[in-house]
Amino acid sequence: MKLAYWMYAGPAHIGTLRIASSFKNVHAIMHAPLGDDYFNVMRSMLERERDFTPVTTSVVDRHVLARGSQEKVVDNITRKDAEEHPDLIVLTPTCTSSILQEDLHNFVQRAQIESQGDVLLADVNHYRYNELQAADRTLHQIVQFYLEKARKKGQLPEGKTEKPSVNIIGLSTLGFHNNHDRTELKRLMNDLGIEVNEIIPDGASVHNLKNLPRAWFNLVPYRELGMATAQYLEQEFGMPYIDITPMGVVETARCIRKIQQVINAQGANVDYNVDYEEFINEQTLHVSQAAWFSRSIDCQNLTGKKAVVFGDNTHAAAITKILAREMGIHVVWAGTYCKYDADWFRDQVSEYCDEVIITEDHGAIGDAIARVEPSAIFGTQMERHVGKRLNIPCGVIAAPIHIQNFPIGYKPFVGYEGTNQIVDLIYNSFTLGMEDHLLEIFGGHDTKEVITKGISADSEMNWSKDGLAELNKIPGFVRGKVKRNTEKFARDRNISEITAEVLYAAKEAVGA
Amino acid sequence: MTSTDTTPQSLQFECDTGNYHTFCPISCVAWLYQKIEDSFFLVIGTKTCGYFLQNAMGVMIFAEPRYAMAELEEGDISAQLNDYEELKRLCTQIKRDRNPSVIVWIGTCTTEIIKMDLEGLAPKLESEIGIPIVVARANGLDYAFTQGEDTVLAAMAARCPDKAPVAEAEKEERNAISKLLNFGRKKEEVAIEESEYVNHPPLVLFGSLPDPVVTQLTLELKKQGIKVSGWLPAKRYTELPVLEEGYYVAGVNPFLSRTATTLMRRRKCKLIGAPFPIGPDGTRAWIEKICSVFGIEPKGLDEREAQIWENLEDYVKLIRGKSVYFMGDNLLEISIARFLIRCGMTVPEIGIPYMDKRYQAAELALLEKTCHEMNVPLPKIIEKPDNYNQLQRIKAHQPDLVITGMAHANPLEARGINTKWSVEFTFAQIHGFTNARDILELVTRPLRRNNNLKDLGWDKLVRDEAKV
Repeated sequence: MKLAYWMYAGPAHIGTLRIASSFKNVHAIMHAPLGDDYFNVMRSMLERERDFTPVTTSVVDRHVLARGSQEKVVDNITRKDAEEHPDLIVLTPTCTSSILQEDLHNFVQRAQIESQGDVLLADVNHYRYNELQAADRTLHQIVQFYLEKARKKGQLPEGKTEKPSVNIIGLSTLGFHNNHDRTELKRLMNDLGIEVNEIIPDGASVHNLKNLPRAWFNLVPYRELGMATAQYLEQEFGMPYIDITPMGVVETARCIRKIQQVINAQGANVDYNVDYEEFINEQTLHVSQAAWFSRSIDCQNLTGKKAVVFGDNTHAAAITKILAREMGIHVVWAGTYCKYDADWFRDQVSEYCDEVIITEDHGAIGDAIARVEPSAIFGTQMERHVGKRLNIPCGVIAAPIHIQNFPIGYKPFVGYEGTNQIVDLIYNSFTLGMEDHLLEIFGGHDTKEVITKGISADSEMNWSKDGLAELNKIPGFVRGKVKRNTEKFARDRNISEITAEVLYAAKEAVGA
Repeated sequence: MTSTDTTPQSLQFECDTGNYHTFCPISCVAWLYQKIEDSFFLVIGTKTCGYFLQNAMGVMIFAEPRYAMAELEEGDISAQLNDYEELKRLCTQIKRDRNPSVIVWIGTCTTEIIKMDLEGLAPKLESEIGIPIVVARANGLDYAFTQGEDTVLAAMAARCPDKAPVAEAEKEERNAISKLLNFGRKKEEVAIEESEYVNHPPLVLFGSLPDPVVTQLTLELKKQGIKVSGWLPAKRYTELPVLEEGYYVAGVNPFLSRTATTLMRRRKCKLIGAPFPIGPDGTRAWIEKICSVFGIEPKGLDEREAQIWENLEDYVKLIRGKSVYFMGDNLLEISIARFLIRCGMTVPEIGIPYMDKRYQAAELALLEKTCHEMNVPLPKIIEKPDNYNQLQRIKAHQPDLVITGMAHANPLEARGINTKWSVEFTFAQIHGFTNARDILELVTRPLRRNNNLKDLGWDKLVRDEAKV
């Protein structure tokens, strides 16, 4: 047992549901007790989704405990198949089904007989994998299933596309700024003259998965999601993949150069040769503002300032490199909660920070922040709250995230526009800290309060102790209004002492 | 109560598949740890439970909450680790860091399935570490959302002292409410105050409400000369009310049937079965019922209720004649539907997770009576609803308002159907005369929003081919 208040990565089934709900016309059925379907709430709230989240539950209740699910799971699958005709139904195990050890595989096979669509059992064990690992596995599983199916039916398309093309692998629902990254990556590929063959899983149809091998190469923008699929496609179809996240000016250039290399290696046969150097140069010097920002006086003032970074592998590594390499900021420590992939992280960032921290314990991270007192934090929502407590500004760079991290405006993190967004995020975090600091030194410039008297300040009204006690229970931001309205109410009725009863009478009368 | 009724119609009850969205009952820790100030809630479950609390309870998690997960690992499931030793290690740590007056263990689906004997372990550990340990099995296998509070309060009921302390002064010390009301007054004044009450057997109310609402309802009964001897739960665990055999108890919320049963069977209390004090009509009926049990003639309730309705008129105007559909997830549905029918709305259907017809008998009777008096058809009550079927019916009926969970709210709005998030009714102050306006504030919000946006012509925001 572990005493835990907060976790960075969710349980395995969340990963599976993120993949299933990313595809078009795929439905997930959870084998879970009542109340475990809050994934739908998260999806509907955070992403402000207009459509019903295609996730339902085959409810595990007392009867299931006593007699097993029996026909229930099969019925729920075939019912959903008839109601909504999904292409694929993914039966999703949870922590509960992990312990019940029911033969879900058998249910899937039986349901498949009666279903028009395909039925799969997500191969994820709650106690072995977290959300991110499960998502990676489920995507791989679905891709493999459809490619093998196509191969068996002889429907695998032959050969490559005429022009160089790419599959972008790993964009999903509830991913950090994934929807904006999607647009930016498409734009980047378009600028490079590369066709986008398929983007998976976000918005993809399972029918199109058989076309994946037609692309010249695969791009995996995020370390956490898509690697298993890319490796599988490399093994089975000899497709090269690029796992350099195009985040920050230097890494974007590195990613593009790698693309150039991969294309030219295959282009030899078809006389295809690309040279992206000029594009990189033009974008870096004149389109992205990040290179110019590094040179500007603003950024000079940040030189040597202390920062700490914490998040998932992709974002924490990329931001650490940007801070240290592109802005001259002193990254005291960089950390990740992707413990299962810690070596990769260490390898990526060790030369850009003093210390590497690998942990899933938010308490340890809070302590580490307090210990080094950085000028700014780049982390998850949890680190933002630590920052609030310690009065240190924080830029949010990775999940777990709240609704404000699903902005409507265009805010990619990848590509050249991404570099601009990241500059704003970093610069704004530091200047806010600076302003705060100056205000403290000069004792604040907001002196209005002492000069003019507040409306309620000179009230003559007499508050009884219980009245005052009730008033103090009212949240601070409306208390002044309630106090004024109550006093007005009392004055109008010639009530000399305001008790709790008067306070509530006033509320009833005027909605104070 | 409906004997005067000439139409043969009566409430219809149905039971569907139970495929519906609701919160897991462990969510009750979020409001109970705030209510019971010296408690610590330990949820013994998995990452799934933890992730739910972290996400569903939003920012509350960051205020150094007095709750935590005892996250079960593979070793716990396969019994390689010893439950007792593990819980002892965690609870000792909690005692050291927070020193609570009580630790509440919340049993979950996992502890049920692996049959962890929490009730057996608790007394042993309690005597070893010297802190009371209360066990509540608030799991998704058996319960929905607010029923979590019911399981906790039923467990707490067993911990209430069974003898009033002898010294009068000490009793006042124990009782938060009387302390508040007598604050700073001399003994003689208190004695005069005591005489304001009618002589009646002790009354204890049950149900967790925010402190301002506790004060309001207590004052409301005081106006009738009824003294509230205690409240389950109190502000602090150490202030749990005395429950002697023969005490009267009354519930303030519709989802407290286990607590009511425990109070009657185990503590030999007498339950006053009344409608719940939600809406001015409900509050009045609640007070009247308590008065009638004590043989008191209620004073001034007519005027009081009329006054409240008068103040609500601007909001009632907005919803009169409109229809409202309850998908059902928190068991407040019957009471809120009854109030909204009194406001002039029609209700085709009330979904509800679980319907205790005995505990809610008076509320159901008032619902029926209200429908007859307002001359509207009786709603169909659907226990364990099926959300998919409900969405088909919503599509057919096109109600003016759907009260539903967050999973369906945005998709329905995108289809031009007004929604109100049902969970807000659980957290808002909705009890008593004073807060009737707050209920309507919630109910009318989407309609007021529509008034602001009505000329823009963008009601339906999904493409035609979208499903459902």
